[in-house]
Amino acid sequence: MTETAIIAIPSKGRLMEKAEELFAAAGLAVERNGDARGYRGRLSGVEGVEVAFLSAGEIAHKLGDGSVQMGVTGIDLLREHITDTDDKIDLVKRLDFGHADVVVAVPECWFDVDTMADLDEVSERFYERHKRRMRVATKYLNVTRRFFNRKGVTGYRTVDSLGATEGAPAAGVAELIVDITSTGSTLKANNLKILDDGLILRSEACLSVVKGHDGADGPLRDVLDKLS
Amino acid sequence: MTGKSPEERLALDSQSAIMSGLFEGAGYRYIEPEILQPADVFLDRSGEDIRLRTFVFTDPEGNELCLRPDLTVPSCRYHLEHAATASDPAKYCYVGPAFRFQRGGATKLRPREFEQVGIENFGAQDRERAEAETLSLAIDAVETAGLEDYSVQVGDLGLFDAVLSGFDMPNRWRARLHHQFWRPAAFRELLRHLSSGEGHAHAIADALSGQDEGEAQTRVDALLTEGNIPLVGGRTVEEIAARLHEKAADRVAEPLKPEMVEKIEAYLAVRGSPSEVFDAINKLELPGAALNRALDLFARRFVILSELGVDTSRFVFSAEFGYNLEYYTGHVFQIEAQGQDGPVQVVGGGRYDRLMSDLGAEDTIPAVGFAVHTERLAAITGAVRHD
Repeated sequence: MTETAIIAIPSKGRLMEKAEELFAAAGLAVERNGDARGYRGRLSGVEGVEVAFLSAGEIAHKLGDGSVQMGVTGIDLLREHITDTDDKIDLVKRLDFGHADVVVAVPECWFDVDTMADLDEVSERFYERHKRRMRVATKYLNVTRRFFNRKGVTGYRTVDSLGATEGAPAAGVAELIVDITSTGSTLKANNLKILDDGLILRSEACLSVVKGHDGADGPLRDVLDKLS
Repeated sequence: MTGKSPEERLALDSQSAIMSGLFEGAGYRYIEPEILQPADVFLDRSGEDIRLRTFVFTDPEGNELCLRPDLTVPSCRYHLEHAATASDPAKYCYVGPAFRFQRGGATKLRPREFEQVGIENFGAQDRERAEAETLSLAIDAVETAGLEDYSVQVGDLGLFDAVLSGFDMPNRWRARLHHQFWRPAAFRELLRHLSSGEGHAHAIADALSGQDEGEAQTRVDALLTEGNIPLVGGRTVEEIAARLHEKAADRVAEPLKPEMVEKIEAYLAVRGSPSEVFDAINKLELPGAALNRALDLFARRFVILSELGVDTSRFVFSAEFGYNLEYYTGHVFQIEAQGQDGPVQVVGGGRYDRLMSDLGAEDTIPAVGFAVHTERLAAITGAVRHD
């Protein structure tokens, strides 16, 4: 059976360059259909495989619903957009770029809060005193809910953050944040500190395959062998 | 299989009518709370976790709404909006759909939309009587619907609080333990932490040891100024200082003694028939007058149940039995039927005295109720056949 498989590659920025380098180094040149701004392409010399250029978030989504079968995107996005990631996706290869940590950060002025247990206690006090829940600004809604649940922290609300999450506490739209950081300097500049046990996950770019699509008779086997 | 055939619908309707008829006959007024509820009420009360099991969505004007996950909060809201005086006693019953997201997909016994039949009893001052009557009515309802083989699991958060109050420890430790009761892993970790004496090294709190709260505030003010740290995040200097002050007290407080931890764990392991449980708890020789009072109330509930003609031989008490819904505050119960693949919960209920004030009532209003999972009940009694 030869069904066309789709490999999704980030459509812009450093992530795109790095992904193309990765394929090129394995002797798989990524070629765009039409002009350089096309959203479809192929791997030169490989049959039965199409390349789709998508945003990193879309790639995670489409791996999740199975509409693409292989892709390069951040682990943070896979965890956020795909429920039960490990049941559906094989993380074939960590690519050693796009490193970042997803962390829980609170205002530096919360001198009494260093751990998730502190946060849990403070969240209950906050509710009693202010009659509303503490708000967590983040674009990682699912990752946040799972992590807080695991740590036994329940008394909070999430606020969907579209841009500059680190500014949310200062702007008064949230009390704390869950966000991505590489050096911590942006958090520090915004007077936020990472909780001692507030590291949710270490992310980097990753080559992933939807489970069941790496078989010997599938079109992706050859690509996988060359890449790994 | 989606939807219900005419036969299934009739069978379920008649089962629900039998039960609601019973409730109306017992003086419960039949209400229809709204199916669409403001999500805020649920999220503020139960926290963000409810999104993992509730259908929450946004209307065209941007308001967050949800499909009610049960009828308890909707019934409370109904009462607060309709009752002339919220604290006056009121008894309601209801029949209607509830909705829950089922991770991994809905099944026959875990449907995502299902019908609940239940009661809520608000403002009854004789708590044990109201609890006994509620449980008795729940048993009547499922028996009238044809359920024969079942057991009744009971728990009592009041007993647990009384056990904790007997041990000498800072009040906030007790509050922390109470708060984690629903999360066994976090509870054990906290218990271990409080008994280890290791504390969490904390330079600022340690430096405040022996000082009063005013001095803690001065220190926080100074830290903000010296470090040029803005006060963001919604908490006041006073709140931060008060908790630092408590942390300082914690650092010098004596850790929980190993025998306390053992007794708390031994209490949580208690399980058995009501009389076995009495003996077991007495043997533990737990300290405190509060526990004796709580045990008296526990006993009184069973006396009233017997007076009401309830056969308590089917009862199993478990000290750690509680629900994942934090709104229960005292007596809790569930009725379990014997299904093909093990026990199936067909009724859940209990006391939730804090819910009304959380929803805006001025005073604490005693509240107790239960809901029957009608599809499960029908599947077990054979009223509805699934071929």
